[in-house]
Order: sequence, then C-alpha cells, then structure tokens
Amino acid sequence: MMTVSKYFHAVVTGPISLLKGMSVTLKYFFNPKKIVTEQYPENRATLKMHERFRGRVELIHNEQNMHTCTACGICEKNCPNNSINVLSTKNIAGKKVLGKYLYRMDTCTQCGFCVESCPFGCLKMAHDFEMSSADKQVFNMTLNKTEGQG
Amino acid sequence: MTFGIPNFIGEIVRDYSPWPELALGINVILAVCAVLAVGIGSAPILIYMERKVCAHVQCRLGPMRLGWHGILQTVADVLKLLFKEVYSPKGVDTIMYYLAPMISLTAPFFTLALIPFGAQWQVINLDFAVPAIIAINGLGLFAILLGGWASNNKYSLLSALRSGAQMISYEVSFAVIMLFVVMISGSASLNDIIATQTGTIFNWWIIKLPVLGFVGFIMFMCISTAELNRAPFDIAEAEQELTAGFHTEYTGTAFAMFYLTEYINMIGAAALGSIFFLGGWQAPLIGVAAVDQYLLMVPDLVWMFAKIYFLIWLYMMFRWTWLRPRIDQLMSFEWKFLLPLSLILLAMGAVFTAMGWVL
Repeated sequence: MMTVSKYFHAVVTGPISLLKGMSVTLKYFFNPKKIVTEQYPENRATLKMHERFRGRVELIHNEQNMHTCTACGICEKNCPNNSINVLSTKNIAGKKVLGKYLYRMDTCTQCGFCVESCPFGCLKMAHDFEMSSADKQVFNMTLNKTEGQG
Repeated sequence: MTFGIPNFIGEIVRDYSPWPELALGINVILAVCAVLAVGIGSAPILIYMERKVCAHVQCRLGPMRLGWHGILQTVADVLKLLFKEVYSPKGVDTIMYYLAPMISLTAPFFTLALIPFGAQWQVINLDFAVPAIIAINGLGLFAILLGGWASNNKYSLLSALRSGAQMISYEVSFAVIMLFVVMISGSASLNDIIATQTGTIFNWWIIKLPVLGFVGFIMFMCISTAELNRAPFDIAEAEQELTAGFHTEYTGTAFAMFYLTEYINMIGAAALGSIFFLGGWQAPLIGVAAVDQYLLMVPDLVWMFAKIYFLIWLYMMFRWTWLRPRIDQLMSFEWKFLLPLSLILLAMGAVFTAMGWVL
C-alpha cells in the first residue's frame, strides 16, 4: 500500500520538479545578456582574476622592499616537485638570513603548498597567468629583490 | 504510391521527349535530392542551434569567433570531419563496422520521404505511413546494436546493449501513442491526419480532443526523446560513463554519419509531432479574419518548418535542463508509467471518439 501511494506521489511531484528546472533554464535562455564566462582575448584590459586564483609564487614585499622571510626552508621541503631553493646567507651580525629565493616556474604546478606551509606568511600566489615563453631562462626566477636582508 | 512533388521537369520530359519513361527516373532522382536537401541541409543549422541553445541555457555565448556570431563554425566542423582519416581499430569486424553507419542513415531518410512538408511538398504519399514509420524505426536500433557490437570495445558493447533495451521498450509506447493519433483521426496517412485538423488553431488535435490531446502531446515528446536517444534518455551515449557509447571507435565520415542520423532523426520526430498534434503545415489561424488573412499569406512550407524547429528547440531545452536517469529508472519509467498511461490514453481516446466528445 505504501509503494502505491509513493508511486502516485512521484507521478504528481515528478513533473512539478521537472517544470521547476525548466523555468530556470528558460529564464536563462530568454535573458542572453547574463553571461558568466570571460570573453578572454577581448576583455584582456579589464580582466581581473578572482581572489583565490593561483598563478606563480610571489614573495610579499612591502613599500621599503622588505620581506619577512627567514630562510627557514619549510617551503623548500614542502615543495613536491623541487621548484624552490632557499639559499641562506649570514648578515653582518652573523644571523642566518635569506640570500637568494630561487623559484623555477616551469616545474611548478601551482599547488600552493609553499604558501600554506610558510609560518611567516611571506608567500602568496600572484594573479598573472599569461606567462608562457619560448625562453626557458625566463622561468628561473629569483623572488627576493635585495640579497642578505632580513 | 505516387510521387507527390509536381515537378515541371518530369512533366516536360513526359509530354515532349521521345522517351516518356525517363520521367520516372528523373522523378526518383528529384525525390532523392529533396530528401537529401532537407536532411543534410538541416544538420549544420541544427548543430549550430544546439550549441547556441546550450550556451545560453548555461549563461555562455557559444561559438562567437568564426563569422557573425560563429555561423561558420559548423561549416568548419563538418569540413574537418569529412577530411579526417577513416580509421578502424584492431580486431574490428570490418564489414559490420562500416555497414552500421550506413544502415543508421536509412531509417531517418525513409521517415523524411514520408513526411508532407507542405500541401505539395511530399515525396511519397503512403496510405499506411504510420505503420511504415513504426516498422522503419527498428532499423535505427539495428544500426546501434551493429555498431556497438562490431567495434570490439566493451564500452561500445555495453552502450549498444543498453540502447537496445531502451529503444525496444520505448518503441512499444511510441507505437501506442501513434496508434492513438491514428484512431482519433481515423486514418494512417499523414496527409489525412493533417486534413482532419483543418481550420483554426482549435482544430489541432492538441486542443481539439479536450485534455487527452495535450496529455498525448506531452507523452509523445517524452517518448520521442527516448526514441531519439537524446538526453535525458541518452543512456546509449552517456558521455560521462561510456565515453561516447556505440560510436566511440568511429572517426571521420563514419562518425559524421552517426551524428547526422541523430539530427535527421530529430527533424523526423519533430515533424511527426507537428503533424500529429499541431496541424502539420497548416497556418495557426485564430478565427479572426483580420489576422488570418496575413497568416495565410505565409507559405505552408514556412509554417511546417517553424513548427518543426519549435519542437526541436523544446528537445534541446529538455536535453540541457534535465538529468540522465539510471538504466533501471529509465526502464521502470517506461514499463510502470508510460506504457500504462499510453494504454489508458488509447482507451480514453476510443471513448472520446465514440461519444463524440471532440471540439
């Protein structure tokens, strides 16, 4: 008896739910102004990537060109494909500071593990995405701007 | 059985040439050309239409680059398909493999030949057109089974088996719903079915037979979607599970033929729907003389194609709105819901016609 009532319940509610779906698509169809996709090469000038887009890795610098990296090397250990090499050096006081932050764009998969694992929050994913190049040397980047600072 | 196209070329040959028998041959060639023109000419338009409809349903723009709003995109795609290498994988039953797409094209072309696109625009006027269409529909299933079996691919075989089960089940209620129309209109000839709907919009079967006509129309759309193997009933193709189903292994022209079959089948089903329920090639007169005189000025061919394309648009909206049911849900939908309902519809139609409850 239960299944019979279930059957007739489905017969009534089924078409209603189908019509609900249909009303949504019809609304979209007759309103072609609403476009959610980016018309990429045309809107290149105004295109803004969304907040959490993962482009290449970037060392955050402030206005005085200072960063908070302490050359601890956690990002280097966490990088699954060895794209990061943190070369440390000693400053005048004999303290370990960042010498060169070497980053290879061509092997990077933009997984974001380095950004997640950095205890000082000094890394971020940049929003630029047009980064193809015929020259391989372009992808070997040094992320810090001044050596031995920190 | 007569060739319905009153063509002056055939007449001239019959009247003035020394060999009047040539007229028959010329008529045959003209008929073949007419069917090919409708079938192959509509396919690129439909592919373009499908892309645009699906794009706008999903808040996209669709093809925009090639030509104005991407009109030339389908032309480019068709050319690409034709120039591709025809290739068969290892272990394929070659004869069956290449026979399948050819067989799949025969059924839709035969259906097109039977359909009156206008008062004078019909290739064959068969008195038993509806039973002939029911019979010829089986060929499409045969092609899918053959293609899936010959491909030497487990996904193709699975798809062919699913599709066989689906199409055999749905053919039952498809035949019943067609017989319902034959019963209420009293003829199996498509021309006579249109003739019973002469007059205003209220003489079309969708309105003329109170409530039952509308229910019948909805059921026809539902069952023909399943017969066309289109989403939401595209169990045979099921891109996400079976890659492309029975035509996974096909490339180039052979694949194009399967693709063409799908779209020509769609024209055939939409034409049948408009003939059965929407008055065929007749203008949608509303009974007001001031408006009707302008509606009558439009050629019947235009009305027929307007109705066909409206129904095709409905098919496309169905496809891009609704989800694909599982195979068991599909089967229970047919055997537990559609078939009993179509049988009830048949019985109710008999009661309505016998009692004369027709508008």
